[in-house]
Amino acid sequence: MAAVTELTLSALSLELEAGRVSSVEATRGCLDRIAALDGQVKAFLAVDPAQALASAAASDARRAQGKRLGPLDGVPLGLKDLFCTTDFPTTAGSKILEGYRAPFDATVVARLRAAGAVFLGKQNLDQFGMGSSTEHSGAFPSHNPYALDRTPGGSSGGSAAALAARFCFGALGTDTGGSIRQPAALTNTVGLKPTYGRLSRSGVVAYASSLDCPGPMARTARDVAMLYQATAGADPDDSTSLRQALPPLTLDAGVKGLRIGLPAEYFGGGIEPEVEALVRACAQALERQGASLVPVSLPHTRFALPTYYLLACAEASSNLARYDGVRYGPRAAGATSLKDLYEKTRSAFFGDEVKRRLLLGTFALSAGYYDAYYRKAQRARTVIARDFTQAFGQVDLLLGPTSPAPAWRLGEKLEDPLRMYQMDALTLPASLAGLPAASVPAGFTAQGLPVGAQLIGPAFEEARVLQAAVALETAHPWHQKAPVL
Amino acid sequence: MTLTEAQVRHVAKLARLTLTDAEVAKAQGDLARVLEAVQALDGLDLSAVPPTVQVHPQVVAPEADAPEAPLGVERALANAPAKVGTSFSVPRVIG
Repeated sequence: MAAVTELTLSALSLELEAGRVSSVEATRGCLDRIAALDGQVKAFLAVDPAQALASAAASDARRAQGKRLGPLDGVPLGLKDLFCTTDFPTTAGSKILEGYRAPFDATVVARLRAAGAVFLGKQNLDQFGMGSSTEHSGAFPSHNPYALDRTPGGSSGGSAAALAARFCFGALGTDTGGSIRQPAALTNTVGLKPTYGRLSRSGVVAYASSLDCPGPMARTARDVAMLYQATAGADPDDSTSLRQALPPLTLDAGVKGLRIGLPAEYFGGGIEPEVEALVRACAQALERQGASLVPVSLPHTRFALPTYYLLACAEASSNLARYDGVRYGPRAAGATSLKDLYEKTRSAFFGDEVKRRLLLGTFALSAGYYDAYYRKAQRARTVIARDFTQAFGQVDLLLGPTSPAPAWRLGEKLEDPLRMYQMDALTLPASLAGLPAASVPAGFTAQGLPVGAQLIGPAFEEARVLQAAVALETAHPWHQKAPVL
Repeated sequence: MTLTEAQVRHVAKLARLTLTDAEVAKAQGDLARVLEAVQALDGLDLSAVPPTVQVHPQVVAPEADAPEAPLGVERALANAPAKVGTSFSVPRVIG
C-alpha cells in the first residue's frame, strides 16, 4: 500500500471510517514527513507532535466507541498562522506578535476542532497576509515542493507548500486579494475563496476587513468541499458573516448545460503562453462534458490592482493600529513616552512590506488625499463589481488563469513591489466583488511547474464553483502528480 | 505622483512609524511607483458611481445585543509585555 500521506482527505476519511487506517497512523505519517522534509520546504512555523498525536488518539478512541464526530474526525490538518488558536502560538508571521497566545480559537478553528480534526501546527505566510510569495514572512520564506528554489506563492504559501509536500491532508488559509487561490495554483493544489462573509472572520488576524475571506485548501475539490461544509455558515461573532442558510453542495452534478464565460481580459497580454494554453485546455475539457463556452468581457479588470492596493492598505493602516506594544507582542526597549513606545515598537517589529502598505494606506486616508485616493477606489470597486454582474447575466461561471505566471524564483521579484503585486492581477477582481472563486490544477509547464485555473461564480454560488472544479479534476486528475522531494 | 521627503516623514508619523534616512528614500521610490500605477484610476469617470463600502449588505442583519461572559483580567493581561497589578503598564502619560 502507498504511504498514508498520499491519500486525499476524502480517501483518508473513508479509510478512517472503515477502520483500515487509524488517525494515529495518519498523523504519525504526516509528522514523520514533516520531520524528514520540512527543513527543505519550510512550510510550518510551529508543529506540536505530542498534542497532534494526543488528538489523534482521542479520535481513534471515539471511533472505537462508535462515537465518530463526522467525516473530518481524526483528519490531520494545518492552519495558516493567521487564525487564533489557544493551543499554538499565533504570530501572523510577524515579529510583532512573537510569543502571542490567543485567549480563544477563531470560529472556523473551533468548528474544525468540534468536528474532531487533528491540528498538526501553524503554517507560514507573508506577514498579516501581505504578500504573494511568503518572502515577507518574519520567519523565513517557504519553498515550492515542485521546485525548491521557487516560491509556493502567498500569502497562504506555507499551507499550499505543506499540502503539495503531503505534510497534511487539508488546511485553512485566508484570501484577501488571492492569498488562497494563487498559492494553490503555484503548487498543484486546490483552494476556495468563498463568498465574502461565508466563513466567519472572528478570530482571524485582520488585514483588510472588507476583503478578508478565510477558506479551505486541499489537494482536491472534494476535499476542499468537506472543509468548506465544516466551517461555513453564520457566526454571531462576525457582523459581516452571511446569515442565510448554506445551500446544499452538488459536487457530482457535472457541467452539462452550464455556460462558462472566458473573460477576454484574462487571456492574452501579460499572461504567459503556457499558462494560457493549459487553462484553455481546461475550458475544452468542460466543453467536452457538455458546458458551452462563451466569450465575455470584464472591461475594468486592469483597474483592480490600483483599487485593491488603495483599499486594502487603507484598511490595514486602521486594523494594524492595534499593534502598539501595550497589550500583546514584544515591546521595544528605551521608550521615553507613550508615543515613543508606539513608534519604536512598530518600527522595530513590523516587516518592510507591512510598513510599505501602512504608509500607502495612511497616505490614501490622509487629509487632502482621502477623496482623490480612498474614496475614488471605493467607487472603482463598484464598477469592477458591476462587470461581474453583467457577465453573470450571460453565463453561469467564469474561467481563466489564477496567476499570470507559474512559480517564480525566490528573490526574483522581492525588490520590486509593483511586479510582485502584478502576480495578483487576476485574483483581485473577484476579491473586490466579494465573489466565490476556486483555483484548481490545470497541468504543468514544460519545466514541470504547476499551473492553476480559476473558476469564479456569482455571489453565494460556491456549490456551482465546486461542481465545476470536481468536473475538471475528474477530466484531468493532475493532483495525483506528487512532487519529488 | 512623487511624495517629498517631508511628506513621507509626515505620513510615517501618522502611521506611528520611525523611518531611517535610508528607509525614507526607499519609501519615496516605492510609493512613487505604486502611486503612478494608481493614477490609472484617473482615466475612469466615477463621478456618478456610488462607493462600495460592503459587498453584500443586503444579507447582513444586525444582531440583538446579548451579554456574554467577559474575558477576565487575568486572560486579558496574559500577553502583556509589561503589567502592574491588574493593569497594562506604559510610560508615564501625564507629567
